[in-house]
Amino acid sequence: MGFADFAFYLFAITVVTAGLFVVVSRNPVHSVLWLILAFLSSAGLFVLLGAEFVAMLMIIVYVGAVAVLFLFVVMMLDVNFAELRGELAKFVPLAGLIGVILLMELALVFGTWTGAENATALRDAVAPALEETHNTAALGLLIYTKYIYLFQAAGLILLVAMIGAIVLTLRHRPDIKRQNVLSQIYRDPAEQMELKDVKPGQGL
Amino acid sequence: MIGLEHYLTVAAALFVIGIFGIFVNRKNVIIILMSIELMLLAVNINFVAFSSYLGDLAGQVFTLFVLTVAAAEAAIGLAILVCFFRTRGSIAVEDVNVMKG
Repeated sequence: MGFADFAFYLFAITVVTAGLFVVVSRNPVHSVLWLILAFLSSAGLFVLLGAEFVAMLMIIVYVGAVAVLFLFVVMMLDVNFAELRGELAKFVPLAGLIGVILLMELALVFGTWTGAENATALRDAVAPALEETHNTAALGLLIYTKYIYLFQAAGLILLVAMIGAIVLTLRHRPDIKRQNVLSQIYRDPAEQMELKDVKPGQGL
Repeated sequence: MIGLEHYLTVAAALFVIGIFGIFVNRKNVIIILMSIELMLLAVNINFVAFSSYLGDLAGQVFTLFVLTVAAAEAAIGLAILVCFFRTRGSIAVEDVNVMKG
């Protein structure tokens, strides 16, 4: 067994185990940490497949953004998670049944699956040889030429998601004192100040 | 030698785990969102495995778009969750049906 085989089995077992612990762990913070482990080991799988750019994107986007977002929300919400987990055992038989059925269906598909005969002729974007171009350069060339409209649409999706998330979570609290710059600018010293002539020994 | 089938098996196992997670954590929306992320990860593994074994970069390009949609979905889902928690004080899925309209 070569090094690549060993690395594949290591990453594969790690990703599946981490995925299982995401689902069954009692503490949601632990779930997020297992999720991060699953993303990291899947990035390892992508490196083994020769997709370095996707692997790096996996680490940057999923571990750096999505998982941290989950961690933020889990820690920010003051939820009694133990209460939510209380009825976990009740759903295990149904969930296990559905999982086994799906697994058997996938195994049936697996048993009869074959690739199309002209699969190599149907390729949409043939990958260049590794000596000519690296994976990242080849992908960039493809994204910015052939798939430019899809790329722009992806950017639009992110923009809409960003605006939507801000609009959903923004709240205006009326009981907080805020700085109103415009009213500060239009304050007139003549109206705001009053000179009083205080007689000695009397006070106001 | 590691073949395409090995990667497909890993992806299938991960997808089934995601489905299992959705059904087993019926009350906790955060874990359900994480299960959806696991399922999208399984889809990504399938895309990249086929892309690598057929020598077709379109699969990796599609992975980028799946990643984009997954990130957007996580952001919007968590924003809705925070919004819901502020009004209801809980994140149980059963309470969601009070949001009529």
